[in-house]
Amino acid sequence: MQIVVLVKPVPDPAAGGERLGADGRLDRAATPAVVNANDEYALEAALKLVEAHGGEVTIVSMAPSNGPETMRKALAMGAHRGIHVTDDALAGSDHVSTARVLAAALKDLEYDLVLAGADTSDGLAGVVPAGVAALLRLPYLSYAAKIEPDTDAGRVRVRRISPTGYDVLEAPMPALVVCTQALGEPRYPSLKGIMAARSKEIAAKALSDIGVDAASVGGAVATTKVLGSTAPPPRAATRVVREPPDVAAREVVEFLAQRRIV
Amino acid sequence: MAGLWVIGEVTADGGLARISTEVATLARTLAKAADQDVTGIVVAADPKAAAAELATYLPRVLALTEPAAADHAWAMIAADRIAGVLEPDAKEFIFVGAGPDGRDVAGALSALTGWGILANTTAAAWADGGPTIDMSVFGGKLTTTSAFTDATGIVTVRPNVVTAEPAASAGSVEDVKPVGDLKQPVVSVVERVAEATAAAPIEEARIIVAGGRGVGGPDGFKLVEEIAEALGGAVGATRAAVDAGWIPYAQQIGQTGKIVKPQLYLALGISGAIQHKVGMQTAETVVAVNRDPDAPIAEFADLVVIGDLFEVGPALLTELRARPGSG
Repeated sequence: MQIVVLVKPVPDPAAGGERLGADGRLDRAATPAVVNANDEYALEAALKLVEAHGGEVTIVSMAPSNGPETMRKALAMGAHRGIHVTDDALAGSDHVSTARVLAAALKDLEYDLVLAGADTSDGLAGVVPAGVAALLRLPYLSYAAKIEPDTDAGRVRVRRISPTGYDVLEAPMPALVVCTQALGEPRYPSLKGIMAARSKEIAAKALSDIGVDAASVGGAVATTKVLGSTAPPPRAATRVVREPPDVAAREVVEFLAQRRIV
Repeated sequence: MAGLWVIGEVTADGGLARISTEVATLARTLAKAADQDVTGIVVAADPKAAAAELATYLPRVLALTEPAAADHAWAMIAADRIAGVLEPDAKEFIFVGAGPDGRDVAGALSALTGWGILANTTAAAWADGGPTIDMSVFGGKLTTTSAFTDATGIVTVRPNVVTAEPAASAGSVEDVKPVGDLKQPVVSVVERVAEATAAAPIEEARIIVAGGRGVGGPDGFKLVEEIAEALGGAVGATRAAVDAGWIPYAQQIGQTGKIVKPQLYLALGISGAIQHKVGMQTAETVVAVNRDPDAPIAEFADLVVIGDLFEVGPALLTELRARPGSG
Protein backbone atom coordinates (compact mmCIF):
# COMPACT_ATOMS: atom_id res chain seq x y z
CA MET A 1 0.00 0.00 0.00
CA GLN A 2 1.03 3.58 -0.60
CA ILE A 3 1.02 5.87 2.43
CA VAL A 4 1.63 9.59 2.59
CA VAL A 5 2.59 11.10 5.95
CA LEU A 6 2.27 14.83 6.55
CA VAL A 7 5.38 15.89 8.44
CA LYS A 8 5.95 19.35 9.86
CA PRO A 9 9.35 20.68 10.90
CA VAL A 10 8.76 22.62 14.14
CA PRO A 11 11.03 24.52 16.52
CA ASP A 12 12.44 22.00 18.99
CA PRO A 13 10.24 22.47 22.09
CA ALA A 14 12.99 21.01 24.27
CA ALA A 15 15.42 23.71 23.13
CA GLY A 16 13.07 26.28 24.63
CA GLY A 17 14.08 29.07 22.25
CA GLU A 18 10.77 29.68 20.49
CA ARG A 19 9.94 33.31 19.97
CA LEU A 20 7.86 35.62 17.83
CA GLY A 21 9.44 37.78 15.16
CA ALA A 22 8.73 41.49 14.78
CA ASP A 23 5.77 40.62 12.53
CA GLY A 24 4.12 38.62 15.31
CA ARG A 25 4.80 35.34 13.52
CA LEU A 26 6.84 32.45 14.81
CA ASP A 27 10.52 33.13 14.19
CA ARG A 28 11.46 29.84 12.53
CA ALA A 29 15.13 30.78 12.28
CA ALA A 30 15.51 31.23 16.05
CA THR A 31 15.47 27.58 17.09
CA PRO A 32 16.68 24.30 15.58
CA ALA A 33 13.88 22.39 13.88
CA VAL A 34 12.78 18.84 14.65
CA VAL A 35 10.06 16.58 13.29
CA ASN A 36 6.84 17.46 15.12
CA ALA A 37 6.44 14.81 17.86
CA ASN A 38 2.90 13.77 16.90
CA ASP A 39 3.98 13.40 13.26
CA GLU A 40 6.59 10.86 14.40
CA TYR A 41 3.77 8.66 15.68
CA ALA A 42 2.06 8.95 12.29
CA LEU A 43 5.31 8.05 10.54
CA GLU A 44 5.91 5.10 12.84
CA ALA A 45 2.37 3.85 12.15
CA ALA A 46 2.97 4.21 8.40
CA LEU A 47 6.26 2.30 8.56
CA LYS A 48 4.63 -0.54 10.50
CA LEU A 49 1.77 -0.69 7.99
CA VAL A 50 4.07 -1.01 4.95
CA GLU A 51 6.16 -3.59 6.81
CA ALA A 52 3.00 -5.65 7.29
CA HIS A 53 1.26 -5.01 3.97
CA GLY A 54 4.07 -3.99 1.61
CA GLY A 55 4.32 -0.64 -0.13
CA GLU A 56 6.06 2.65 0.43
CA VAL A 57 5.88 5.75 2.57
CA THR A 58 6.15 9.26 1.16
CA ILE A 59 6.50 12.21 3.49
CA VAL A 60 5.09 15.59 2.49
CA SER A 61 6.29 18.73 4.25
CA MET A 62 5.34 22.34 3.70
CA ALA A 63 8.37 24.15 5.07
CA PRO A 64 10.91 26.92 4.45
CA SER A 65 14.01 26.23 2.37
CA ASN A 66 15.82 24.44 5.23
CA GLY A 67 12.97 21.90 5.50
CA PRO A 68 15.00 19.01 4.02
CA GLU A 69 17.36 19.03 7.02
CA THR A 70 14.45 17.94 9.21
CA MET A 71 12.85 15.77 6.54
CA ARG A 72 16.07 13.68 6.41
CA LYS A 73 15.36 12.60 9.99
CA ALA A 74 12.01 11.21 8.87
CA LEU A 75 13.65 9.53 5.90
CA ALA A 76 16.25 8.04 8.25
CA MET A 77 13.42 6.39 10.23
CA GLY A 78 12.50 4.58 7.03
CA ALA A 79 10.26 6.73 4.83
CA HIS A 80 11.08 6.14 1.17
CA ARG A 81 10.96 9.61 -0.30
CA GLY A 82 10.00 13.17 0.49
CA ILE A 83 8.12 15.99 -1.15
CA HIS A 84 9.09 19.42 0.06
CA VAL A 85 6.55 22.11 -0.76
CA THR A 86 8.40 25.36 -0.44
CA ASP A 87 7.80 28.83 -1.78
CA ASP A 88 8.62 32.31 -0.57
CA ALA A 89 4.94 33.16 -0.89
CA LEU A 90 4.11 30.65 1.86
CA ALA A 91 5.73 32.63 4.68
CA GLY A 92 3.12 33.53 7.28
CA SER A 93 0.61 30.92 6.10
CA ASP A 94 -2.38 30.34 8.36
CA HIS A 95 -4.40 27.14 8.79
CA VAL A 96 -6.51 27.90 5.73
CA SER A 97 -3.48 28.30 3.45
CA THR A 98 -1.71 25.30 4.95
CA ALA A 99 -4.68 23.00 4.38
CA ARG A 100 -5.09 24.28 0.82
CA VAL A 101 -1.43 23.81 -0.05
CA LEU A 102 -1.19 20.33 1.48
CA ALA A 103 -4.40 19.31 -0.31
CA ALA A 104 -2.98 20.60 -3.60
CA ALA A 105 0.29 18.71 -3.02
CA LEU A 106 -1.67 15.49 -2.37
CA LYS A 107 -3.76 15.82 -5.53
CA ASP A 108 -0.96 14.57 -7.79
CA LEU A 109 -0.06 11.62 -5.56
CA GLU A 110 -1.44 8.10 -5.47
CA TYR A 111 -2.07 6.75 -2.02
CA ASP A 112 -4.26 4.47 0.04
CA LEU A 113 -3.84 6.42 3.26
CA VAL A 114 -2.75 9.88 4.31
CA LEU A 115 -1.54 9.97 7.92
CA ALA A 116 -1.15 13.13 9.99
CA GLY A 117 -0.29 13.92 13.61
CA ALA A 118 -3.00 15.06 16.04
CA ASP A 119 -1.51 18.55 16.32
CA THR A 120 1.80 20.39 16.07
CA SER A 121 3.80 21.64 19.01
CA ASP A 122 4.21 25.11 17.48
CA GLY A 123 0.58 25.77 16.52
CA LEU A 124 -1.37 23.34 18.71
CA ALA A 125 -4.63 24.02 16.87
CA GLY A 126 -5.03 20.48 15.52
CA VAL A 127 -7.27 21.62 12.66
CA VAL A 128 -5.26 21.21 9.46
CA PRO A 129 -5.82 17.47 8.80
CA ALA A 130 -9.63 17.85 8.93
CA GLY A 131 -9.29 20.75 6.50
CA VAL A 132 -7.18 18.70 4.09
CA ALA A 133 -9.70 15.84 4.24
CA ALA A 134 -12.62 18.20 3.60
CA LEU A 135 -10.89 19.84 0.62
CA LEU A 136 -10.05 16.47 -0.95
CA ARG A 137 -13.35 14.88 0.13
CA LEU A 138 -11.44 12.05 1.74
CA PRO A 139 -13.04 9.94 4.47
CA TYR A 140 -11.66 11.41 7.71
CA LEU A 141 -10.80 9.15 10.65
CA SER A 142 -9.26 11.01 13.56
CA TYR A 143 -7.52 10.37 16.89
CA ALA A 144 -6.50 6.84 15.94
CA ALA A 145 -5.22 4.40 18.55
CA LYS A 146 -5.18 1.54 16.02
CA ILE A 147 -5.20 1.39 12.20
CA GLU A 148 -6.23 -1.79 10.40
CA PRO A 149 -6.35 -1.65 6.62
CA ASP A 150 -7.99 -4.42 4.60
CA THR A 151 -6.14 -4.03 1.33
CA ASP A 152 -8.24 -6.66 -0.50
CA ALA A 153 -11.49 -4.92 0.36
CA GLY A 154 -9.91 -1.47 -0.02
CA ARG A 155 -11.17 -0.41 3.39
CA VAL A 156 -9.62 0.76 6.64
CA ARG A 157 -10.71 0.36 10.26
CA VAL A 158 -9.60 2.78 12.94
CA ARG A 159 -10.04 2.84 16.69
CA ARG A 160 -10.85 6.44 17.49
CA ILE A 161 -10.24 7.46 21.09
CA SER A 162 -13.52 8.68 22.63
CA PRO A 163 -14.19 10.30 26.01
CA THR A 164 -15.47 6.97 27.35
CA GLY A 165 -13.35 4.45 25.47
CA TYR A 166 -13.11 4.18 21.72
CA ASP A 167 -15.22 4.06 18.56
CA VAL A 168 -14.44 1.66 15.76
CA LEU A 169 -14.63 3.60 12.49
CA GLU A 170 -14.60 2.15 9.01
CA ALA A 171 -14.26 3.78 5.61
CA PRO A 172 -13.13 3.02 2.08
CA MET A 173 -9.58 3.96 1.10
CA PRO A 174 -8.10 6.32 0.14
CA ALA A 175 -8.73 7.96 3.49
CA LEU A 176 -7.04 10.39 5.87
CA VAL A 177 -6.20 9.18 9.37
CA VAL A 178 -5.10 11.38 12.26
CA CYS A 179 -2.62 9.57 14.49
CA THR A 180 -1.93 9.64 18.22
CA GLN A 181 0.78 8.43 20.51
CA ALA A 182 -1.38 5.41 21.35
CA LEU A 183 -0.22 3.89 18.04
CA GLY A 184 3.21 3.21 19.53
CA GLU A 185 6.63 4.59 20.22
CA PRO A 186 8.49 5.93 17.16
CA ARG A 187 11.66 4.06 16.27
CA TYR A 188 15.08 5.62 16.45
CA PRO A 189 16.82 5.90 13.10
CA SER A 190 19.51 3.24 12.70
CA LEU A 191 22.95 4.17 11.44
CA LYS A 192 22.07 2.33 8.24
CA GLY A 193 18.87 4.36 8.02
CA ILE A 194 20.75 7.60 8.49
CA MET A 195 23.22 6.66 5.75
CA ALA A 196 20.42 5.58 3.40
CA ALA A 197 18.48 8.80 4.00
CA ARG A 198 21.28 10.85 2.48
CA SER A 199 20.57 9.51 -0.96
CA LYS A 200 16.78 9.39 -0.75
CA GLU A 201 14.90 11.73 -3.01
CA ILE A 202 13.39 14.94 -1.65
CA ALA A 203 11.48 16.57 -4.51
CA ALA A 204 11.09 20.33 -4.11
CA LYS A 205 7.76 21.70 -5.31
CA ALA A 206 6.95 25.36 -5.69
CA LEU A 207 3.34 26.57 -5.63
CA SER A 208 3.28 26.67 -9.43
CA ASP A 209 4.24 22.97 -9.48
CA ILE A 210 1.14 22.01 -7.49
CA GLY A 211 -1.24 24.36 -9.25
CA VAL A 212 -1.70 26.90 -6.47
CA ASP A 213 -1.87 30.61 -7.26
CA ALA A 214 0.77 32.26 -5.06
CA ALA A 215 -1.56 35.20 -4.46
CA SER A 216 -4.20 32.92 -2.89
CA VAL A 217 -2.10 31.70 0.03
CA GLY A 218 0.49 32.87 2.55
CA GLY A 219 0.88 35.78 4.90
CA ALA A 220 -0.62 38.34 2.50
CA VAL A 221 -4.05 36.67 2.71
CA ALA A 222 -3.80 35.41 6.29
CA THR A 223 -7.19 35.22 8.02
CA THR A 224 -5.74 35.94 11.44
CA LYS A 225 -3.21 38.35 12.89
CA VAL A 226 -1.34 38.62 16.17
CA LEU A 227 -2.12 41.94 17.85
CA GLY A 228 0.31 41.58 20.70
CA SER A 229 1.82 39.26 23.23
CA THR A 230 2.62 39.24 26.92
CA ALA A 231 4.63 36.96 29.14
CA PRO A 232 2.38 35.46 31.78
CA PRO A 233 3.01 36.83 35.26
CA PRO A 234 5.75 34.82 36.93
CA ARG A 235 4.62 32.42 39.61
CA ALA A 236 5.38 33.42 43.15
CA ALA A 237 8.48 31.81 44.61
CA THR A 238 8.13 28.11 45.27
CA ARG A 239 7.49 27.18 48.88
CA VAL A 240 9.76 24.24 49.67
CA VAL A 241 8.68 21.84 52.42
CA ARG A 242 11.29 19.51 53.87
CA GLU A 243 9.38 18.17 56.88
CA PRO A 244 8.59 14.60 57.94
CA PRO A 245 5.68 13.12 55.92
CA ASP A 246 2.90 13.82 58.43
CA VAL A 247 3.96 17.43 58.96
CA ALA A 248 4.47 17.95 55.24
CA ALA A 249 1.05 16.47 54.49
CA ARG A 250 -0.58 18.83 56.99
CA GLU A 251 1.18 21.80 55.40
CA VAL A 252 -0.04 20.76 51.96
CA VAL A 253 -3.64 20.48 53.11
CA GLU A 254 -3.46 23.83 54.93
CA PHE A 255 -2.00 25.40 51.79
CA LEU A 256 -4.85 23.98 49.71
CA ALA A 257 -7.39 25.17 52.27
CA GLN A 258 -5.94 28.71 52.16
CA ARG A 259 -6.46 28.69 48.42
CA ARG A 260 -9.98 27.32 48.92
CA ILE A 261 -9.20 24.20 46.92
CA VAL A 262 -10.21 21.84 49.70
CA MET B 1 -27.23 38.80 9.79
CA ALA B 2 -24.18 39.40 11.89
CA GLY B 3 -23.65 37.34 14.94
CA LEU B 4 -22.00 34.65 16.92
CA TRP B 5 -22.63 30.94 16.66
CA VAL B 6 -22.00 28.20 19.20
CA ILE B 7 -21.66 24.62 18.00
CA GLY B 8 -23.20 22.29 20.59
CA GLU B 9 -21.34 19.00 20.94
CA VAL B 10 -23.35 15.96 21.94
CA THR B 11 -22.24 13.25 24.37
CA ALA B 12 -22.70 9.52 23.80
CA ASP B 13 -25.98 9.57 25.76
CA GLY B 14 -27.42 12.44 23.72
CA GLY B 15 -26.82 15.21 26.24
CA LEU B 16 -24.84 18.40 25.76
CA ALA B 17 -21.08 18.13 26.29
CA ARG B 18 -19.86 20.14 29.26
CA ILE B 19 -17.39 22.06 27.11
CA SER B 20 -20.33 23.39 25.07
CA THR B 21 -21.91 24.89 28.19
CA GLU B 22 -18.70 26.83 28.78
CA VAL B 23 -18.36 27.88 25.14
CA ALA B 24 -21.98 29.05 25.18
CA THR B 25 -21.41 31.08 28.33
CA LEU B 26 -18.32 32.72 26.82
CA ALA B 27 -20.03 33.50 23.50
CA ARG B 28 -23.14 34.89 25.23
CA THR B 29 -20.98 37.21 27.34
CA LEU B 30 -19.11 38.40 24.23
CA ALA B 31 -22.32 38.87 22.26
CA LYS B 32 -23.77 41.00 25.02
CA ALA B 33 -20.67 43.18 25.18
CA ALA B 34 -20.69 43.54 21.40
CA ASP B 35 -24.46 43.92 21.03
CA GLN B 36 -24.56 40.96 18.63
CA ASP B 37 -26.94 38.05 18.20
CA VAL B 38 -25.81 34.65 19.42
CA THR B 39 -27.26 31.38 18.16
CA GLY B 40 -26.52 27.79 19.06
CA ILE B 41 -26.62 24.89 16.65
CA VAL B 42 -26.78 21.20 17.44
CA VAL B 43 -26.36 18.64 14.66
CA ALA B 44 -27.29 15.10 15.65
CA ALA B 45 -29.55 12.19 14.77
CA ASP B 46 -31.66 13.28 17.71
CA PRO B 47 -30.60 16.80 18.72
CA LYS B 48 -33.59 17.51 21.01
CA ALA B 49 -32.09 16.97 24.46
CA ALA B 50 -28.77 18.68 23.73
CA ALA B 51 -30.50 21.59 21.96
CA ALA B 52 -32.86 22.11 24.90
CA GLU B 53 -29.90 22.15 27.27
CA LEU B 54 -27.98 24.57 25.04
CA ALA B 55 -31.05 26.82 25.03
CA THR B 56 -30.69 27.28 28.77
CA TYR B 57 -27.50 29.18 27.91
CA LEU B 58 -28.44 30.92 24.66
CA PRO B 59 -31.47 32.89 23.42
CA ARG B 60 -31.89 30.79 20.25
CA VAL B 61 -30.80 27.30 19.27
CA LEU B 62 -31.17 25.48 15.96
CA ALA B 63 -31.73 21.73 16.31
CA LEU B 64 -30.70 20.14 13.04
CA THR B 65 -31.78 16.52 12.71
CA GLU B 66 -29.28 14.57 10.65
CA PRO B 67 -30.06 10.84 10.65
CA ALA B 68 -26.62 9.96 9.27
CA ALA B 69 -25.05 11.13 12.55
CA ALA B 70 -26.54 8.11 14.34
CA ASP B 71 -23.96 5.65 13.05
CA HIS B 72 -21.35 7.81 11.33
CA ALA B 73 -18.48 9.94 12.61
CA TRP B 74 -19.94 13.25 13.73
CA ALA B 75 -17.54 16.09 12.96
CA MET B 76 -17.43 15.99 9.16
CA ILE B 77 -21.21 15.63 8.97
CA ALA B 78 -21.68 18.52 11.38
CA ALA B 79 -19.28 20.76 9.42
CA ASP B 80 -21.07 19.89 6.20
CA ARG B 81 -24.50 20.76 7.65
CA ILE B 82 -23.36 23.89 9.51
CA ALA B 83 -21.71 25.20 6.33
CA GLY B 84 -25.11 24.76 4.70
CA VAL B 85 -26.86 26.82 7.37
CA LEU B 86 -24.45 29.77 7.27
CA GLU B 87 -25.31 32.52 4.86
CA PRO B 88 -22.62 33.00 2.25
CA ASP B 89 -22.03 36.69 2.91
CA ALA B 90 -22.68 36.57 6.61
CA LYS B 91 -20.45 38.34 9.08
CA GLU B 92 -20.26 35.65 11.63
CA PHE B 93 -18.00 34.06 14.19
CA ILE B 94 -18.32 30.46 15.24
CA PHE B 95 -17.33 29.17 18.67
CA VAL B 96 -16.67 25.52 19.49
CA GLY B 97 -14.71 23.53 22.07
CA ALA B 98 -11.02 22.82 21.53
CA GLY B 99 -11.36 19.07 22.21
CA PRO B 100 -11.09 16.34 19.55
CA ASP B 101 -14.60 16.81 18.09
CA GLY B 102 -14.37 20.59 18.23
CA ARG B 103 -11.02 20.63 16.45
CA ASP B 104 -12.30 18.26 13.80
CA VAL B 105 -15.40 20.30 13.09
CA ALA B 106 -13.44 23.59 13.16
CA GLY B 107 -10.83 22.34 10.71
CA ALA B 108 -13.40 20.97 8.30
CA LEU B 109 -15.63 24.03 8.53
CA SER B 110 -12.66 26.31 7.94
CA ALA B 111 -11.81 24.44 4.74
CA LEU B 112 -15.44 24.53 3.57
CA THR B 113 -15.90 28.25 4.27
CA GLY B 114 -12.37 29.64 3.89
CA TRP B 115 -12.78 31.23 7.33
CA GLY B 116 -9.77 31.46 9.61
CA ILE B 117 -9.32 29.76 12.96
CA LEU B 118 -8.09 31.10 16.28
CA ALA B 119 -7.43 28.07 18.43
CA ASN B 120 -7.23 27.15 22.10
CA THR B 121 -8.75 30.32 23.48
CA THR B 122 -7.88 31.05 27.10
CA ALA B 123 -9.62 34.47 27.18
CA ALA B 124 -11.74 36.48 24.76
CA ALA B 125 -12.81 40.10 24.34
CA TRP B 126 -14.45 42.14 21.60
CA ALA B 127 -12.82 44.96 19.62
CA ASP B 128 -13.24 46.52 16.18
CA GLY B 129 -16.20 44.37 15.18
CA GLY B 130 -14.75 41.01 16.10
CA PRO B 131 -13.39 38.85 18.89
CA THR B 132 -9.86 39.21 20.18
CA ILE B 133 -8.55 35.90 21.38
CA ASP B 134 -5.84 35.11 23.90
CA MET B 135 -3.96 31.86 23.58
CA SER B 136 -1.01 30.38 25.36
CA VAL B 137 1.92 29.56 23.06
CA PHE B 138 5.41 28.11 23.29
CA GLY B 139 4.56 25.94 26.24
CA GLY B 140 3.07 28.79 28.22
CA LYS B 141 6.02 31.13 27.84
CA LEU B 142 3.91 33.66 26.02
CA THR B 143 0.26 34.65 25.72
CA THR B 144 -0.67 36.10 22.34
CA THR B 145 -3.72 38.19 21.56
CA SER B 146 -5.02 37.69 18.04
CA ALA B 147 -7.87 38.81 15.83
CA PHE B 148 -9.36 37.87 12.50
CA THR B 149 -8.45 39.95 9.47
CA ASP B 150 -11.97 39.45 8.12
CA ALA B 151 -15.45 39.75 9.61
CA THR B 152 -15.71 35.96 9.85
CA GLY B 153 -13.87 33.30 11.77
CA ILE B 154 -13.90 30.14 13.84
CA VAL B 155 -12.76 30.06 17.46
CA THR B 156 -11.90 26.95 19.46
CA VAL B 157 -12.10 27.31 23.25
CA ARG B 158 -10.19 25.40 25.91
CA PRO B 159 -12.03 23.81 28.83
CA ASN B 160 -12.19 25.72 32.14
CA VAL B 161 -11.82 29.16 30.52
CA VAL B 162 -15.13 30.29 32.00
CA THR B 163 -17.54 28.80 34.50
CA ALA B 164 -20.71 27.72 32.72
CA GLU B 165 -23.71 29.81 33.78
CA PRO B 166 -27.21 29.43 32.37
CA ALA B 167 -28.87 32.56 31.02
CA ALA B 168 -31.49 34.38 33.09
CA SER B 169 -34.21 32.85 30.92
CA ALA B 170 -34.17 29.88 28.55
CA GLY B 171 -34.08 30.50 24.82
CA SER B 172 -36.08 29.03 21.96
CA VAL B 173 -35.30 25.86 20.05
CA GLU B 174 -36.08 25.77 16.32
CA ASP B 175 -36.10 22.53 14.39
CA VAL B 176 -34.13 22.65 11.17
CA LYS B 177 -34.29 20.10 8.40
CA PRO B 178 -31.09 19.36 6.50
CA VAL B 179 -31.10 20.66 2.94
CA GLY B 180 -29.68 18.46 0.16
CA ASP B 181 -27.25 15.56 0.34
CA LEU B 182 -24.12 15.56 2.43
CA LYS B 183 -21.19 16.67 0.30
CA GLN B 184 -18.46 15.05 2.37
CA PRO B 185 -17.94 11.29 2.54
CA VAL B 186 -19.29 9.72 5.72
CA VAL B 187 -17.32 7.34 7.94
CA SER B 188 -19.20 4.46 9.55
CA VAL B 189 -19.11 3.93 13.29
CA VAL B 190 -19.08 0.14 13.46
CA GLU B 191 -19.00 -0.04 17.23
CA ARG B 192 -18.84 2.29 20.24
CA VAL B 193 -16.83 0.70 23.01
CA ALA B 194 -17.06 1.98 26.56
CA GLU B 195 -14.09 0.91 28.61
CA ALA B 196 -14.95 -0.06 32.16
CA THR B 197 -11.78 1.60 33.38
CA ALA B 198 -12.47 4.89 31.63
CA ALA B 199 -11.60 7.53 34.19
CA ALA B 200 -12.94 11.05 34.59
CA PRO B 201 -11.89 13.18 31.59
CA ILE B 202 -8.84 15.16 32.61
CA GLU B 203 -9.41 18.13 30.28
CA GLU B 204 -12.41 19.28 32.27
CA ALA B 205 -11.27 18.32 35.76
CA ARG B 206 -11.01 21.03 38.43
CA ILE B 207 -8.41 19.01 40.28
CA ILE B 208 -5.85 16.69 38.70
CA VAL B 209 -3.57 14.34 40.58
CA ALA B 210 -0.88 13.15 38.21
CA GLY B 211 1.82 10.53 38.45
CA GLY B 212 5.11 10.16 36.64
CA ARG B 213 8.02 7.79 36.46
CA GLY B 214 8.55 8.21 40.21
CA VAL B 215 5.27 6.42 40.86
CA GLY B 216 7.10 3.25 39.95
CA GLY B 217 4.33 1.09 38.51
CA PRO B 218 0.63 0.30 38.28
CA ASP B 219 0.52 -0.37 42.02
CA GLY B 220 1.89 3.10 42.67
CA PHE B 221 -0.91 4.53 40.57
CA LYS B 222 -3.40 3.07 43.05
CA LEU B 223 -2.05 5.61 45.52
CA VAL B 224 -2.40 8.37 42.91
CA GLU B 225 -5.99 7.27 42.30
CA GLU B 226 -6.79 7.22 46.01
CA ILE B 227 -5.48 10.74 46.48
CA ALA B 228 -7.41 11.89 43.41
CA GLU B 229 -10.55 10.36 44.85
CA ALA B 230 -9.99 12.00 48.23
CA LEU B 231 -9.65 15.36 46.48
CA GLY B 232 -12.53 14.75 44.08
CA GLY B 233 -10.15 15.01 41.15
CA ALA B 234 -9.13 13.14 38.03
CA VAL B 235 -5.97 11.10 37.45
CA GLY B 236 -3.33 12.30 35.01
CA ALA B 237 0.05 10.99 33.97
CA THR B 238 3.27 11.76 32.17
CA ARG B 239 4.29 10.16 28.91
CA ALA B 240 6.80 7.94 30.74
CA ALA B 241 4.02 6.46 32.87
CA VAL B 242 1.81 5.94 29.81
CA ASP B 243 4.60 4.42 27.73
CA ALA B 244 5.32 2.03 30.59
CA GLY B 245 1.69 0.88 30.36
CA TRP B 246 0.77 1.93 33.89
CA ILE B 247 -2.17 4.08 32.79
CA PRO B 248 -4.07 4.66 29.51
CA TYR B 249 -3.00 7.25 26.95
CA ALA B 250 -6.27 9.15 27.50
CA GLN B 251 -4.86 10.30 30.85
CA GLN B 252 -1.60 11.66 29.44
CA ILE B 253 -0.78 15.32 29.95
CA GLY B 254 1.85 17.10 27.91
CA GLN B 255 3.12 17.80 24.46
CA THR B 256 1.74 14.69 22.79
CA GLY B 257 -1.09 14.26 25.25
CA LYS B 258 -3.62 16.70 26.64
CA ILE B 259 -3.24 20.28 27.76
CA VAL B 260 -5.05 21.00 30.99
CA LYS B 261 -5.82 24.04 33.11
CA PRO B 262 -7.14 22.80 36.44
CA GLN B 263 -7.48 24.75 39.63
CA LEU B 264 -5.05 22.34 41.31
CA TYR B 265 -2.38 20.18 39.73
CA LEU B 266 -0.84 17.77 42.21
CA ALA B 267 2.27 16.24 40.63
CA LEU B 268 3.49 13.03 42.22
CA GLY B 269 6.86 11.66 41.21
CA ILE B 270 6.97 13.96 38.18
CA SER B 271 10.26 15.63 37.31
CA GLY B 272 8.60 18.32 35.19
CA ALA B 273 10.41 17.98 31.87
CA ILE B 274 9.44 20.57 29.27
CA GLN B 275 7.32 18.04 27.32
CA HIS B 276 5.14 17.58 30.40
CA LYS B 277 5.30 21.18 31.56
CA VAL B 278 3.67 22.47 28.37
CA GLY B 279 0.58 20.43 29.22
CA MET B 280 -0.03 21.68 32.74
CA GLN B 281 1.80 24.87 33.56
CA THR B 282 -1.24 27.09 33.22
CA ALA B 283 -2.78 25.29 36.20
CA GLU B 284 -3.77 27.81 38.84
CA THR B 285 -1.97 26.03 41.66
CA VAL B 286 0.79 23.45 41.26
CA VAL B 287 1.83 21.29 44.19
CA ALA B 288 4.53 18.66 43.76
CA VAL B 289 5.92 15.79 45.78
CA ASN B 290 9.37 14.76 44.64
CA ARG B 291 12.46 13.20 46.14
CA ASP B 292 14.78 15.32 44.02
CA PRO B 293 15.00 18.95 45.18
CA ASP B 294 16.64 19.83 41.85
CA ALA B 295 13.82 18.43 39.67
CA PRO B 296 12.56 21.08 37.20
CA ILE B 297 9.09 20.91 38.74
CA ALA B 298 10.49 22.50 41.91
CA GLU B 299 11.09 25.64 39.82
CA PHE B 300 7.49 26.19 38.77
CA ALA B 301 5.45 24.56 41.51
CA ASP B 302 3.80 26.81 44.07
CA LEU B 303 4.64 24.32 46.77
CA VAL B 304 6.97 21.36 46.62
CA VAL B 305 7.38 18.68 49.25
CA ILE B 306 10.82 17.12 49.12
CA GLY B 307 10.24 13.56 50.17
CA ASP B 308 9.29 10.02 49.33
CA LEU B 309 5.96 9.85 47.58
CA PHE B 310 5.14 6.57 49.31
CA GLU B 311 5.52 8.22 52.70
CA VAL B 312 4.05 11.64 51.93
CA GLY B 313 1.18 10.23 49.84
CA PRO B 314 -0.39 8.07 52.57
CA ALA B 315 0.08 10.88 55.11
CA LEU B 316 -1.70 13.21 52.69
CA LEU B 317 -4.55 10.72 52.38
CA THR B 318 -4.89 10.57 56.14
CA GLU B 319 -4.99 14.37 56.38
CA LEU B 320 -7.51 14.73 53.56
CA ARG B 321 -9.80 12.06 54.95
CA ALA B 322 -9.66 13.62 58.40
CA ARG B 323 -11.04 16.90 57.14
CA PRO B 324 -14.56 17.76 58.21
CA GLY B 325 -17.08 16.91 55.52
CA SER B 326 -14.82 14.49 53.71
CA GLY B 327 -15.79 10.97 52.72
